[in-house]
Amino acid sequence: MRFFEDMAIGQRREVGSFTFTADGIKKFAAQFDPQRFHLDEEEGRKSLFGGLAASGWHVGSVCMKLLVADAQRQAKEALARGEKIAVWGPSPGFRELRWIKPVLAGDTISFASEVESLRSSEKRPEWGILQARNTGTNQRGELVFSLLATAFVPRRSNS
Amino acid sequence: MVEIAANNGHNRASSSKSIIMLTFEDFPPGHLGTYGPRRVTREEILAFAAEFDPQPMHLDEEAASRSMLAGLSGSGWHLCSIMMRMMFDGYIGRTASLGSPGVNELRWLAPLRPGDDLTLDVDVVEARVSRSRPETGIVTFKGQVRNAAGQVLCEMVSPIIVRRRAGIAAEQG
Repeated sequence: MRFFEDMAIGQRREVGSFTFTADGIKKFAAQFDPQRFHLDEEEGRKSLFGGLAASGWHVGSVCMKLLVADAQRQAKEALARGEKIAVWGPSPGFRELRWIKPVLAGDTISFASEVESLRSSEKRPEWGILQARNTGTNQRGELVFSLLATAFVPRRSNS
Repeated sequence: MVEIAANNGHNRASSSKSIIMLTFEDFPPGHLGTYGPRRVTREEILAFAAEFDPQPMHLDEEAASRSMLAGLSGSGWHLCSIMMRMMFDGYIGRTASLGSPGVNELRWLAPLRPGDDLTLDVDVVEARVSRSRPETGIVTFKGQVRNAAGQVLCEMVSPIIVRRRAGIAAEQG
């Protein structure tokens, strides 16, 4: 993971892709979001989604999964170069989450993260606050998911 | 809940006497309800984190104690997903909902801890008829999840699209 000083507005990373299977969609939905269009192919086809659709919270959670995996890959690379690892803090939240198009069974979504803003934390001077636009794009190149996430990023100078 | 979900289609609502379908008209601005409590176990927190958010603060007691959250905490996405389930069990499961376009704002205010008993408070902050689909309305909810001590862990403002009663009547007529 990078330190606050390493970040710049406009920086973009491709964080990985994920294929949503029918089984995976139903398993998440049965636990957290058992609306009929997330559980049953026929109900999905009859709905506005036009097919078995992943819960929006499943899509958001998979985005998180890929962001964490990407961060862990970066940490491993930094360690291999003998560099110090930046351990990011928790997120205070997000804004402007858009489920733009349905994610249907069989879709492969590629996620990316782009830095939108950087500022200092007044309460915690050892941390900076980053806003990043995280997006998901399907195999047809259509934007399906977008959110503006906030995170605490440690400063190199204070760690 | 799966059974309710399966009977949730608007076409079947009239034939299923036990299911009362809520429509746009049932969501005037104001307090909608309080739902829960829902206990969240350590096992659930670890299982969700292992699959979707394997950061040390959600998986490892020792690393978590050194994190900003000072102790093992659940993933924020786990908390969101639990809130979704509480909304489903509370009202969305018997609402003629067509889905949600997104979330205006979500704030994680305090960590989710193993053993927390969560309650959810929901207010309708806005309800308006859709211009592009006049047979539906857009209902914007504000949800707040609290622990047993009354501390707000998470707050969300999000719209859902809901059928209007007239829209259903026209389709069934």
